[in-house]
Amino acid sequence: MQNRTLEVGVGLFLLAGMLALMLLALRVSGLAVGAGEDTYKVYAHFDNIAGLTVRSKVTMAGVSIGKVTAIDLDRDSYTGRVTMELNKDVDNLPIDSTASILTAGLLGEKYVGISVGGEEELLADGGTIHDTQSSLVLEELIGKFLLNSVNKDSAN
Amino acid sequence: MRRKSPLERVQLLGRAGIDVVTSLGRSTIFLLAALFGRGTSGKFTQLLIKQLYSVGVMSLAIIVVSGVFIGMVLSLQGFSILAAYGSEQAVGQMIALTLLRELGPVVTALLFAGRAGSALTAEIGNMKSTEQLSSLAMIGVDPLKYIVAPRLWAGFISMPLLAMIFSVVGIWGGSMVAIDWLGVYEGSFWSNMQNSVSFTDDVVNGIIKSIVFAFVVTWIAVFQGYDCEPTSEGISRATTRTVVYASLAVLGLDFILTALMFGDF
Repeated sequence: MQNRTLEVGVGLFLLAGMLALMLLALRVSGLAVGAGEDTYKVYAHFDNIAGLTVRSKVTMAGVSIGKVTAIDLDRDSYTGRVTMELNKDVDNLPIDSTASILTAGLLGEKYVGISVGGEEELLADGGTIHDTQSSLVLEELIGKFLLNSVNKDSAN
Repeated sequence: MRRKSPLERVQLLGRAGIDVVTSLGRSTIFLLAALFGRGTSGKFTQLLIKQLYSVGVMSLAIIVVSGVFIGMVLSLQGFSILAAYGSEQAVGQMIALTLLRELGPVVTALLFAGRAGSALTAEIGNMKSTEQLSSLAMIGVDPLKYIVAPRLWAGFISMPLLAMIFSVVGIWGGSMVAIDWLGVYEGSFWSNMQNSVSFTDDVVNGIIKSIVFAFVVTWIAVFQGYDCEPTSEGISRATTRTVVYASLAVLGLDFILTALMFGDF
């Protein structure tokens, strides 16, 4: 009898441990089971990716359709090359679609937004989005604004 | 007392150094013999279950209670800091990353050293001082196999599980405070957390940490008990040493492991 309580207690303990691992995997880290295969790769070159990070989401019409998997510098064109993995069920993007880096809220995280183009031809696996809009950099904006007001002053 | 000559001081230093090295060597031989040595292990599963109960199950209460409170405190503190930047939604990811990467493994190891490690040392030390260990050896049962090995394995198995339970309970406590009390929107709380926590980088690295800590803490606890001076004073000193050494080893190793895992930004 004594032995049985021990074994039940240990069994429950081990179960609790495994349950904890499952919760951490599914609920906390959002690990999806068996969702590794059904994506395809698309590249986009940006003049400035400022603030975009790996694992940022890729959205279309506000709906998340993929994520950024790699960011590196293209040595030839001196632009930032962003590698995105898009869900296979969104495979009808025209090749002249636009990718822009957007910000959630004023200081929130950066993400890639894709808006549809008009071409018949579709983006294939490994294709590149050519029409891109870079991230909004606050310093540049302020710089332009200051320059404008200086020009106005000197014009007067 | 006369003054010591410089040569004698050097001799004392050398003696201390030799003591440290011999004790390291003895504890390594002890560990290897207990884990991999040949011997009777017919009743090993039963012995292991008994130790899993006293080391793991009995530590659950303190782990769960401290996990809930630490999660709640993290949530409150994180909220008050993040609210200044208007990003209260990030409190979920802050709690999850703090617990999974650092507090889960480390606090569990510290509590484990205090709760289970000291008990292991005292128990084995008491067995040694009442000559139970030598009696076992005399009737042909290897105390390393019969007493030490089940306790070592029980520690190795239960601590990673305890650390994971700690993290889960802490995140639950934190979400309770953040969502129900402070009014963070539930959807962004969880989605922010899921976006920023990676299974391989954060969860698995946390588990690796807790496995390393389990190894070190249990090893120190069992060896201190096995190696203690067989008097009541010796047992009390060994128990103190267990808690102090284990805590220091955990905190030091945590820095090294963190630097290895998350240092390359």
